Amino acid sequence: MIPAEFKYMFPSTVDEAVRMLAEEGEDAKVIAGGQSLVPVLRMRLAAPTALIDIGGLTELTGVRDDGDSLLIGAMTTHYEVQRDHLVQDHALLLRLVTDTIADPQIRHRGTFGGSLCHADPAGDLLAPVLALDAVMIIAGPSGRREVPAAEFFVDYFTTALAPDEILLDVRVPKYTGWGAHYEKLNRVAQAWSIVAVAAAVQVRDGAISAARVGLTNVGSGPLRATEVEAALVGQQASAEAISEAALRASSGDGYKDNLARVLTGRALTAAVAG
Amino acid sequence: MTATAEPEIGKARLRKEDARLITGQTTWTDNLQLHGMLHMAVLRSPVAHARITGIDVSRATSMPGVAVVLTGEDFAAEQGSLPCAWPITEDMKSPPAPAMAVAQVNFAGEAVALVIADSAYHAADALEAIDIDYDELPVVLDMEEALRDNDLVHPDLGTNKCATWIFDSAEAGVGTNVEDEIASAEVVIERTFKQQRLIPAFMEPRSVVVDTTAGMFTVWSATQIPHILRWMLSAVTGISEHKLRVIAPDVGGGFGGKLQVTPEELLCLLVARRMGRPVKWTESRTESMLSAHHGRDQVQKITLSARRDGTVTGLKVELLADMGAYLRLVTPGVPILGAFMFNSIYKFAAYRFVCTNVFTNKVPTDAYRGAGRPEATFAIERMMDELAVELGVEPMKIREMNWIRHEEFPFDTVAGLTYDSGNYEAATARAMELFGYEEMREEQARRRSSGDVVQLGIGISTYTEMCGLAPSRVLGALRYAAGGWETASIRMLPTGKVEVITGTSPHGQGHETVWSQIVADKLGVPFDDVEVLHGDTATSHKGMDSYGSRSLAVGGTALVYAADKVLAKARTLAAHMMECDEVDVEFASGSFSVRGTSTVRSLGDVVLAAHVAHDLPEGMEPGMDADATFDPDNFSFPHGTHLCATEVDTETGMVRISRYVAVDDVGTVMNPLIVDGQVHGGLAQGIAQALYEEATHDEMGTLTSATLADYLVPCAADLPAFLTDRTTTPATSNPLGAKGVGEAGTIASTPAVVNSVLDALRHLGVRDIEMPMSPERVWTALQGRPDPGSGDVTAGGLGSIDAQGGQS
Ligand SMILES: Cc1cc2nc3c(=O)[nH]c(=O)nc-3n(C[C@H](O)[C@H](O)[C@H](O)COP(=O)(O)OP(=O)(O)OC[C@H]3O[C@@H](n4cnc5c(N)ncnc54)[C@H](O)[C@@H]3O)c2cc1C
Repeated sequence: MIPAEFKYMFPSTVDEAVRMLAEEGEDAKVIAGGQSLVPVLRMRLAAPTALIDIGGLTELTGVRDDGDSLLIGAMTTHYEVQRDHLVQDHALLLRLVTDTIADPQIRHRGTFGGSLCHADPAGDLLAPVLALDAVMIIAGPSGRREVPAAEFFVDYFTTALAPDEILLDVRVPKYTGWGAHYEKLNRVAQAWSIVAVAAAVQVRDGAISAARVGLTNVGSGPLRATEVEAALVGQQASAEAISEAALRASSGDGYKDNLARVLTGRALTAAVAG
Repeated sequence: MTATAEPEIGKARLRKEDARLITGQTTWTDNLQLHGMLHMAVLRSPVAHARITGIDVSRATSMPGVAVVLTGEDFAAEQGSLPCAWPITEDMKSPPAPAMAVAQVNFAGEAVALVIADSAYHAADALEAIDIDYDELPVVLDMEEALRDNDLVHPDLGTNKCATWIFDSAEAGVGTNVEDEIASAEVVIERTFKQQRLIPAFMEPRSVVVDTTAGMFTVWSATQIPHILRWMLSAVTGISEHKLRVIAPDVGGGFGGKLQVTPEELLCLLVARRMGRPVKWTESRTESMLSAHHGRDQVQKITLSARRDGTVTGLKVELLADMGAYLRLVTPGVPILGAFMFNSIYKFAAYRFVCTNVFTNKVPTDAYRGAGRPEATFAIERMMDELAVELGVEPMKIREMNWIRHEEFPFDTVAGLTYDSGNYEAATARAMELFGYEEMREEQARRRSSGDVVQLGIGISTYTEMCGLAPSRVLGALRYAAGGWETASIRMLPTGKVEVITGTSPHGQGHETVWSQIVADKLGVPFDDVEVLHGDTATSHKGMDSYGSRSLAVGGTALVYAADKVLAKARTLAAHMMECDEVDVEFASGSFSVRGTSTVRSLGDVVLAAHVAHDLPEGMEPGMDADATFDPDNFSFPHGTHLCATEVDTETGMVRISRYVAVDDVGTVMNPLIVDGQVHGGLAQGIAQALYEEATHDEMGTLTSATLADYLVPCAADLPAFLTDRTTTPATSNPLGAKGVGEAGTIASTPAVVNSVLDALRHLGVRDIEMPMSPERVWTALQGRPDPGSGDVTAGGLGSIDAQGGQS
């Protein structure tokens, strides 16, 4: 790989990282796992003047129990998310999604936070994070702030992060005991989603008491299928109820619209069963 | 004692070269570091067709580390034209092919300037500072449109038509007239198929290093063809051939993609000559995809005539073949290699093949695994299915009715070849058994009647192909510029170790292992005592290199003959040493003995005696080395039966291969592990054409599949577990009985997959789907809508990043 020249910086605290980012100005970039940024550098689609490597900020790594929710550090790798017991028990959907990302090498490097900050509409973690009502905890020169996922994802490759801000943690409410499934259509193992659907469902006494559905790669950012969710709540967890609700995932007649409906049906069916 | 050693030939030996290749602890060209070496970076045209109206290199020239910036004008007087060794017809149109564009660019990716700098980084930085003004010309992309000659790729030629090449069985006196057969036929089927453009996608990007030290030009290149390259570089540059040494060190794949004399090889050489310093160029993946030659890209119009009882009578093939913008080494000949294979294993009375080669503003096409034969096999195997559907006959039955029966070999075909051996019945029977053909058909019927969302398809490909390129006289008759022989040398070292020199040029196939096995058996020496040298024109002074599944059938045979010469001489000397008559000398497991006595001399003793030369028979030269060159008198013809089951999700259009059986007859097998490896890799590439890979362009001629995220090369996880087996009818055209296996899997598998998917969906009204059969294409066909073409949203990509135009 032959990128344009850049300055490499390795802060050891969050404050130092934030200060460096402010000092280096708009053309500096944070580098986490590098799995999205490095391809961009290699193709010279971007030429940041400085890379601030947050790989040394150990406090950003790992998953913590925070009462009603989990705190997932931005630097937690996909591999760590896949193997984390708290995630398994309280946010199963995130584990299932992460299982489908890229390949083992990339999952050992790529990070949970990096995926969200990169905000590629084809990225798999955006829709589930949106559907699960997660909150982003962000550090900047003027301190910390919290931004709900629904406000965080703005457009293609665009988030609510200012150039001098760093994502620290993601707060994910606990969905203990919910069924979950991620239904993803991609062509070869390392390819991105054409369309994917993330579903988490709470079933009580055979009826759906709550549902969360997120759509990957059907718009310029993740979409939450609120009409599908609304159509499900209070219904029996039956095949008919699911296929009726899934029709509301999209109203168009293009290929992706079709996929949104078909995959929503399949994701919900599996989530209810699991 | 080696007396009890089991035969090496046929043994599933692990490959002796693998450890170094896999760990990269080897001589990959890019690993080479020479003192004072400069680095070359190539600026490539972003537009497909334009006049260059101005170039400003002043900013780039003053960038850090830059030694010089060079443009087409700087090379105009010395670069000549890149060679095309295969002028297929007398009147073929052949435009000059400069290594670097001078006044006009004809494809996006063509070299327009070079930066030479002290590091690869400085060279790449300075590329961005070169300003070029282009005056854009109309872009010619579609072959049918190109043939209307409204816009011309090369105005000086006056046409986009490069050449038309015809074979006609009636004219050749090997069959009847195809038009008569069609006119009188009970059934005529006409179909048009598209062979999409493919990118060879070898794993090791191309790399070249040139050194001019000590009055020699030494060229290291990641090439398949060091010998041809030396000859051609000398011809183009005027550098005397004996002052040029070409080295193909370890090379990481080629698939035909490195069967080329590239612009960059020539430019590196010219720059090193100009600067008097070593120069290196190593490409990026995207650069490789933009500028290394592509493969396939044909439109095939096929007409097949038959009787109602299913007997085929005539086959007419009308091809358009996309050359791209220039004719590279064998560009025009690739479709012609298919000319002899459309009739395949079937007994047509009449055959006519007409190929029109067309220029477009795209990167040139050239050899890619199978070169001409996959296209032919695809067309005929698709047509046999179409005939079966038309007549309501089981598709295997229709093939069986028409194929050459085993007792009919040797068989003279309607394309003028003689197939020496084969047994299609045996391979088919074994494949059907392994596949569970009848049960699969039952399962298919069940899914059809229950209206299962996931339908099952069964696809057949009964193929043959021609390998062992090639009898030199045949190449001559086809107007190819070189011969097809191969050479080998054996050096018997005084300690009894053996050096083998081969004129073939392995780039991942495992020649070192198999050549060692052959020599170990022939000479009775341990496998590990054999070292195979290749790819360096200073040690291996002649050869025709590796492609066309030729290395074993032709180069392996040369090796056998060289070993025979060693043994013949050793026998004479052994008789002299044992003071007996030569006819009484026996040779087994590396030792000579006198029949009926206990007198023994090991080959090592005899070699040492030859080396010290203290007591040789009258007139015998010292030493025990031998050379042999073999020119085959026929091709070899592997064949086999492949069966593919696909599960097609009718709601999403996704295709999954659920079972794949390949029973191949590749003649006598030297190393079954290597044969399986070649079959597996070949299958992956053939399946990839059916389902995944396609070089796509936008309407401006920009390649939109220029990364491995966009160009979908499948990996192990995307492919089924292959069930492979073999039947064996030895080739009669070489003493090893080997037919060749490098391309068989690729040639056979594409139609098996496509036939399978169509078989799954035909009852739902689907008649054809273009390759690659992406989920969107399959789903769209199921809706009865037109093919999505370049709007295919499932065509891959680096997430949403558009590699050409930034983040979309
Ligand atoms: C071949 C391949 C296939 C892939 N397939 C998939 C797939 O199927 N699904 C999928 O979802 N992803 C896929 N990915 C992407 C992968 O998941 C990456 O890990 C992810 O996109 C980015 O994470 P990262 O840690 O590597 O971030 P980086 O590449 O280091 O950074 C990405 C961007 O986010 C910014 N950033 C990173 N961390 C922070 C932070 N804490 N605060 C502020 N800004 C930050 C960076 O400045 C940069 O702009 C694939 C990647 C590759 C190379």
